[in-house]
Amino acid sequence: MATRQPTLAQTSAAQNPGGAVDATQPARPRRERGTRVRRRRVRAAWLFLTPMLIGLALVAGWPLARTFWFSVTDASLSSLEGANFIGLENYLVHDNGWYGILADPLWWQSVWNTLYFALVSVSLEAVLGVIVALVLNAHFRGRTLVRAAMLIPWAIPTVVSAKIWAWMLNDQFGIINHLLMTLGLIDAPRSWTADASLSMWAVIMVDVWKATPFVALLVLAALQMLPSDCYEAAKVDGIHPVRVFFRVTLPLITPALLVAVIFRALDALRVFDVIYVLTSNAASTMTMSIYARQQLVEFQDVGYGSAASTLLFMIIALVTVVYLYLGRRQLGGGS
Amino acid sequence: MTLRRLKSIALTIGFWLLVGVLVLYAIFPFYYAIVTSLKPSSQLFEVSYWVDSLDFSNYVTVLSQPTFLAAIRNSVIVALSVVLIALLLGLTAAWALGRVRFRGRTTVMMIVLGVSMFPQVAVLSGLFEVIRTLDLYNSPGGLILSYTIFTLPFTVWILTTFMRQLPDELEEAAIVDGASPWVTLTKVFMPLLWPAMATTGLLAFIAAWNEFLFALTFTLTDSQRTVPVAIALISGGSQYELPWGPIMAASVIVTVPLVVLVVIFQRRIVSGLTAGAVKG
Amino acid sequence: MAGLTLERVNKRFGSTQVIDDVSMQIDNGEFIVFVGPSGCGKSTLLRLIAGLESITHGDLMIDDQRVNNLTPPERGIGMVFQSYALYPHMSVYDNIAFGLKLAKQEKQTVDERVRHTAKLLQLDGLLERLPKALSGGQRQRVAIGRAMAREPKILLFDEPLSNLDAALRVQTRNEIARLHERLGSTMIYVTHDQVEAMTLADRIVVLNAGHVEQIGTPRELYERPASRFVAGFIGSPKMNFIQVTAEADAEQGCRVEIPAVGQRALPLAFSAGSGSANEATLGVRPEHLIPTPSERGEGLEIVNVEYLGSEAYLYLERNDGELLVCRTQAPSPFQRGQRVTLDFDPLHGHLFDHDGRAVPPLERHAAPAAAQGATS
Repeated sequence: MATRQPTLAQTSAAQNPGGAVDATQPARPRRERGTRVRRRRVRAAWLFLTPMLIGLALVAGWPLARTFWFSVTDASLSSLEGANFIGLENYLVHDNGWYGILADPLWWQSVWNTLYFALVSVSLEAVLGVIVALVLNAHFRGRTLVRAAMLIPWAIPTVVSAKIWAWMLNDQFGIINHLLMTLGLIDAPRSWTADASLSMWAVIMVDVWKATPFVALLVLAALQMLPSDCYEAAKVDGIHPVRVFFRVTLPLITPALLVAVIFRALDALRVFDVIYVLTSNAASTMTMSIYARQQLVEFQDVGYGSAASTLLFMIIALVTVVYLYLGRRQLGGGS
Repeated sequence: MTLRRLKSIALTIGFWLLVGVLVLYAIFPFYYAIVTSLKPSSQLFEVSYWVDSLDFSNYVTVLSQPTFLAAIRNSVIVALSVVLIALLLGLTAAWALGRVRFRGRTTVMMIVLGVSMFPQVAVLSGLFEVIRTLDLYNSPGGLILSYTIFTLPFTVWILTTFMRQLPDELEEAAIVDGASPWVTLTKVFMPLLWPAMATTGLLAFIAAWNEFLFALTFTLTDSQRTVPVAIALISGGSQYELPWGPIMAASVIVTVPLVVLVVIFQRRIVSGLTAGAVKG
Repeated sequence: MAGLTLERVNKRFGSTQVIDDVSMQIDNGEFIVFVGPSGCGKSTLLRLIAGLESITHGDLMIDDQRVNNLTPPERGIGMVFQSYALYPHMSVYDNIAFGLKLAKQEKQTVDERVRHTAKLLQLDGLLERLPKALSGGQRQRVAIGRAMAREPKILLFDEPLSNLDAALRVQTRNEIARLHERLGSTMIYVTHDQVEAMTLADRIVVLNAGHVEQIGTPRELYERPASRFVAGFIGSPKMNFIQVTAEADAEQGCRVEIPAVGQRALPLAFSAGSGSANEATLGVRPEHLIPTPSERGEGLEIVNVEYLGSEAYLYLERNDGELLVCRTQAPSPFQRGQRVTLDFDPLHGHLFDHDGRAVPPLERHAAPAAAQGATS
């Protein structure tokens, strides 16, 4: 009745007496490159990616390459085709003194302005964003409404918010001056957007107002994923809430906060519209993007402007590479 | 009353004070824009914190300008086309990146992420040349084309995240049923992804609606401008006499739809933003 | 309906060998169950058969046709997934009809097939519902219906009952058995639950670490496990294992020296190898251990008695702290704390050599078994 099945080594021979495969001599290994299903999927994947890749090549890859090329030519907006190769003269050239972007004090000021703007606005947005997120994470009546209210600055087009703030900051009739004078904080109206010592702060204020909701939302999402049991444990142990925040909450939301900060920093480094609408091409708030665009479009000097663009690209690429390196592990995952 | 009770009352008051300040900070500028837009031009230069009387003359001024109406039309055309293109290309790419393992996938994802971080000004001259070659300068077509540089990467990125969350067995069931990748995508995944597509589409719409630099550079005449450029370029007799009333009215007109959309879809937008950033 | 042959099938993921030289022959209409602990490769093997994974090397034949490179529908298989994987946005009708429509069937044929399948599975009244409006058992039936609708030659089940509660599991198990009876199609079923395997299978394939430990009917596996692994995996409570020293005996087969029991003779063809080859493992199922109350405090102590209504289990603590399980009638005449001596019927003793392989019975005992083996 009972039978004994051969195991492992004997199996194939016993199961296929006189069959195609003889266990004594190993079968010729037949390497398959995946089933047809799999091959078809990989083929489909590339097919499905093609439109996107063509699109990106057309609007990003090729234009970027052209920008690099223009940066070593004397191209102008009216004669892009007739551009001549001039080497690195747009960047730096010695001809009875130094010329080129790297010798232009205005460029260095715009670099400094950009970095200053990015550092200050992103820091403020991070701190304010965490505060807003903590408030939104608390349970209270009307939380949904408050969250909706917080989203409004983010939804308003940048140009519109710049215009609204320009009106509020208006030197003669602006409500900010009116308010500050009523409160007795200043005794004469300030010219917020025109005064070189104030305009950077005005610009930062508008950017912080507009971008804080973005940081807050990302931090809020992280806050809501925190395990509630460690808070209960902390409560039971009677640890002071402030201590809990710095010891438990902050370390746990740091990754999300870092992502938000990096996204914001990349945006701040290429900032254009807020500043252009508020203060136009004023030197005191000129950023690298504004400098490059002014050269390209207003002065029609495509070669020089492209060189500035290239430098800006390099700076942002550097930040991006650092970010990609840090975020690399997350990329490989998934199905 | 014990000290503990006093402290708790003080904390509650402090918390609501903080909420009040934050809400005021968030909504006051827009509120003030509405207040300004509803004032007759004679009262414009008297600061007031609320609407004393309803006066729609600023709206009438703005809406009777054919260039502003053309700008709204252009913005709608551009934003909707951009959303459509980004979703179409993004969905197919997201299937490939989210559901198929293949050599080069990580590289493609890196490229997509890299492009999303391009400074717009870095491609300005090259893109200008492309647009002129394709004879799209000073037309909505040029803007639709150029806007894919920022809408496409994040559309792909967010949709890939959502695509990965769909169960593997669902796709395998479709394979066993004999579905090709295209059928799986259109008949099985797309109906399940419509919330994600709505979110992504909304974000793309907002991004396209708000864009300024390309719109400023790649259009020339008033009839081809989009709303942000039109508002930025509204000017009065001289630089010091900007018509603030009409500017605020125009701002309110182009912002109200967005604010309504954002308030209605706030949950979806939050999930879209976090899918694109935190999980990416 | 069709037979299926696997010839030295291998699957590697990178450098990990997941399926290792698996060969088997499955007859037309058989109900085969792949069973094994998690990670043994049973699901991968099923997915290789389905065509969802590629075979690294080896041949898969359905009806004598090599199908390695065919898509699942071309192979003529239907599959029921662990999570059911119903299309959430389609009605029951559309779920069942999806594959038929993709196969470009006439509209009328599709309709007939769907209604026929639904009737068979008692889904008639539910055709317009969405999956989320169905109970777990109904979803399960829709998943089976979807797999059946195209009338595949082979039906595959990947742990289909693991998402159901215990009561529903028994009921659905019965329904699947009856369905097999009615359809008569070849079915391959993956589970980690040996009770499901024993109750459903015509033959069971026990897998361990990517290779086949044993193929056989439930009874063969229970009564003559080919390895210590199979012996330990099939049967609940588990078979008792005791380290013994064995030596060949020309007359009786072999003699084993069991600690605390003494010497016993087993009718098994043990042959001592080199080195520590005298060491062996004796296996005795709980129902074959015979406890006797000891008079003078020798033997083992009963540390626990489990009363299950129809039977009772005694847990005995050995000197090394390991537990032995002994199955008795209920209510048990034994009590906790009592000491008992143990014995067993030598005919029910299993012996496993140093490598865990079962020692074969002596020739005269093995004769009927060999005749059986040829048919399987």
